[in-house]
Order: sequence, then structure tokens, then C-alpha cells
Amino acid sequence: MQVYLPIAEMSVNALLVLGMGGLVGFLSGMFGVGGGFLMTPLLIFIGVPPAVAVGTQANQLVAASVSGVLAHWRRGNVDVKLGIVMLLGGMVGTVVGVWIFALLQRIGQIDVAITLAYVFFLGTIGAMMLVESSRALIRRRAPTAKRGKLHRHIWLHGLPLKMRFQRSKLYISALLPAGIGAVGGMLVAIMGIGGGFLLVPAMIYLLNMPTGLVAGTSLFQIIFTTAMATLLQAATNQTVDAMLALLLLVGGVVGAQFGTKAGGKLRGEQARLLLAALVVAVALKLAVDLVVEPDDLFTISTRIS
Amino acid sequence: MRRSRKARSRKALWAVRIGGGLAGLAGGVTLAATVWAQQLVADLSSHLIAITTGFTGTEVVLFGTTDGAGDVAIVVTGPRGPVTVRRKERIAGIWLNARSVRFEQVPSFYMVATNRPLDQFVTRPVLERHQIGLPNLQLGPREQLAPEQLALFRSALIRNKQRAGLYGITLGQVSFLGERLFRTNIFFPANVPTGLYNVEAMLIREGEVVSAQTTPLVVSKVGFSAEVFDFARNQPVAYGVAAVIGAIAAGWLAGAAFRRV
Repeated sequence: MQVYLPIAEMSVNALLVLGMGGLVGFLSGMFGVGGGFLMTPLLIFIGVPPAVAVGTQANQLVAASVSGVLAHWRRGNVDVKLGIVMLLGGMVGTVVGVWIFALLQRIGQIDVAITLAYVFFLGTIGAMMLVESSRALIRRRAPTAKRGKLHRHIWLHGLPLKMRFQRSKLYISALLPAGIGAVGGMLVAIMGIGGGFLLVPAMIYLLNMPTGLVAGTSLFQIIFTTAMATLLQAATNQTVDAMLALLLLVGGVVGAQFGTKAGGKLRGEQARLLLAALVVAVALKLAVDLVVEPDDLFTISTRIS
Repeated sequence: MRRSRKARSRKALWAVRIGGGLAGLAGGVTLAATVWAQQLVADLSSHLIAITTGFTGTEVVLFGTTDGAGDVAIVVTGPRGPVTVRRKERIAGIWLNARSVRFEQVPSFYMVATNRPLDQFVTRPVLERHQIGLPNLQLGPREQLAPEQLALFRSALIRNKQRAGLYGITLGQVSFLGERLFRTNIFFPANVPTGLYNVEAMLIREGEVVSAQTTPLVVSKVGFSAEVFDFARNQPVAYGVAAVIGAIAAGWLAGAAFRRV
């Protein structure tokens, strides 16, 4: 069943897109990540222009994070105050990101920039997760490991503008969550991902936030950064395809429900190890594409901006 | 209210375009009958290609008649506009876009159909003058470049367009039924660019174009996809807000629907 996408100006198989949404939704439900880092490369792979893939993905993530936050909200796992501070940074980051995006599009390097950003972030985070989760698996077999200190003090905790976050039992500089939010916002705008895979470890290791609150709070923040990215991409670059977003959304919502059930049967370390392997695989595939000589060295673009 | 008015004005625009084309054609015919014999008359099976939500490409039949023996060449040209061609170069191990050339007058779509191979009945200067065939297409490069470099970028542009199915790889076939009646099928793929197309039919005798006729063809998005596109183009901020609200509602709905699961 072919469906014409009005903004991407191409015709796609609706079942294929629904299936992709379902698959990525399944994985994101299983591992508790947004899945944008898988979806954007997949969309580009089936021929959606990278700019449209990124803009549309931001729109789809609004819906995904709203339904994710609802579940966390009911369990009281959202630190609204911390989320709002992150959000302030996130807004600045999103504006800067959309501006960088438009600039790269103008000079014709947007495709390479998106791929490079993916290789860098996915490669780094994936490798770190891989090491951490395999260590955790080994440690579980030898349960004599020492318990670490509750708080380590590094220079980051000496920053000004200290603020108290009762819900997370933290007393830290507001610049820290705002900075993390800003990086997340830039990722949304440039890579079309929520940035959960970067925000979650940053909140755990840099903020020392209680793990239970991390997922809900980062999703809470992602709702607003993705909403803002959608708005800005639509207004400045006109790259949001509502039809494509709708298809992805329907597939994603259904897939996520099955994924969550499947994820319940996996142990934490195993799930993290699998996710890490997946992230590293995507990064490697993209890295190979950058280095291998393309079939045609020439590309054409009709969009002026 | 506003949207419906826009839709109506769009329909009116087609009517004017199509009507204008037909009127011009009819006028040409009557004039020809009185003053001199019209040597070639052609028309399309449809003057509008409507891109709907289920659009997967379509075929238009061009048919016509000549006043006697001769060869026929059909040239279909989409709206012209600027295209940037970029060449990748290996920089620090990765392939980056380096050199780029901008062509100002690139047809978004280009197809040629003839009844027999071009070189059998027409000379090079005539082909160049009428821009028949890909080698004779004028693309209007902006940069001043060495000819061999320019040729490289030019052929890359054509190659990319052919890969997208927008430029003909081979000549289409015009078939004659008897000596005077001819027809050809023109295929438009799903990714056909929108705009006003020109379909030019030429009658060629003894190496010269003796008669030509241009018929307009409109390619336009209609229905839901047109509404979405117009909305996104004309009111980008409102479109963005609507996209966000829609996504929030959908997410809420999904979260509520699967609450038990």
C-alpha cells in the first residue's frame, strides 16, 4: 500500500514504515530508550531526505515521550523542578541546534554532519555501555566487589548558582542540569533524536541523581525540547512531514507495548549489553559508509536553502 | 473558510490553465484551416496529473496527426529551476562534499520520444536549436569552469536525474498508425515534481522542423497531501504548532489506551 508523503515529496510503502515504527518501538520499549537513533538512519536508508527525517523524527518523539512520561508520572518518578531547569538549557540548545542545522544545509554538509554526529555519539556511548555492562555481568558472578562512595566530588560540583532539588535529594549548581539539557536540545535539532541515551548516563554519573527518577525526568524534558525542535524545524526549514510522523507513531506505539513486556523478562545487565551492541553496530555501519568510496561521487540538490 | 477559498482558487487556476491550453489549440486549428494547412495537431489524454495520497505514478497518452509523411519528435519538459551539483572528495579519510556547481535552468523533468533514432532524420544544429535530446539540453551553468570539468558536473547531474527516474535514459517510442496518425505514452513516476510542464510535438521533414505545437500539462498535488503541503508552506508556524498538538494528543491517547497493559 503506497502512501504519498507531502513534505518529503515521495511515495513510500505504508506497511514498511509502520513495520519500521513497530520494530523501533519494540526496541525502545524493551530498553527504555527513545529509539530515535535507530529511526533516523532507517528513514534515510529508505530514501527520505536526511533533513526531513530529522525534522519528522522530532515530531514523532513528542508523542513517544508524552506516552512514556504518563507511565512514569503515575509512579511519581518525575522531578519536575530539575526537569524545568534542564529544559531552560534545552531551549537554548535547540535554538542553537536548529540554527547550526540551517547553516550546514546552506553550505551542503548537512548529510555528512548528521552521520559524523551519529558515529561520534553512538560510538562513544555504545562503547562505554558495552564495557560497563560486561563488567556488571562479570561482577555479578564474583559478588565481592567493593561498594563505591556515595558521592564523588569533582570540579563540576564547585560551580556557582547552587540549587536544592528536594525530589532528587540533590544540592548542586543549576548550571549542571541546564548544561546537560542544552546538549540534549542540540542533539534533538541536529540528529533528530531525543538524546535519552546521552541524558540518562549524564544524569546518573554527573548529577548522581537517583536512578529511579532519571528516565521519567529526562523524558519530561524531552517532550519540550522535541516539541520546540518540531516547531523550529517546521518554521525555518519546513522539514516536518506530518503524514510520515503519523505512520511512525502508530507503529511505534504498538511496538513499544510488546517491547516493554519482552523487556520485563530480560535482566538489567543483559538488556544493557544488548542495547550497547546494537548502538555500536549502528555506529560502525555509519562509520563504514563515511569511509568507503561512494558509488557516485556527485550528488544533486534542488532546495535552495 | 480560508482554506476552502484557497482550494477553490486553485481549481479555478487549473481551469484557466487547461481552458487556456485548449482554447489556444482550438484557435490554432481554426486559424490553420482558414489560412494554411496545419501540418501537425497533437493533444494529451489528460492535461492534469493529480498527486493524491495514493499516487504511485501515472501514464499520459499523447496522440496526434500529421498532414503527410514525416518524422515526429516529442519533448516533455518540467518547470526549470536551479540545481546544485556537489562532488565528494576524500578529506582526512572521509568523503565530504567539496566542489559544487550551480546550474540555473535545469528542467525538473525531461523526456524525448521519437518514431526512429534521431540521427537518422535530423542534424545536430537542429537538435541543439530545439534542445532535443539530453546532450543538447541547455542547463545554464553559473560558474565559469574549464569545459572538461563542467562536462563532468553536467553529466553527473543528468546521471542523478536519470537514477531518480526524472530524465529519460533512452528515447521513448512514437508509433505511427498508418502514415498520419501517431501516439506515444509518457510515464510520470511517483516522485514527479509539481508545476507547469510543456509537451512539445515537432514534425520534422528533410532535417528541418516544419511544424511544432506546445501543449501545457499541470502536475499538482490535490486533496489531503495538497492541503498538508500548502499549510506547511504558507503558515509554517501554525503547521508546527498543529504538528506538536497532534503529537501530544496522540501520545496521550496511546498512553491512556495501553494503561492496563
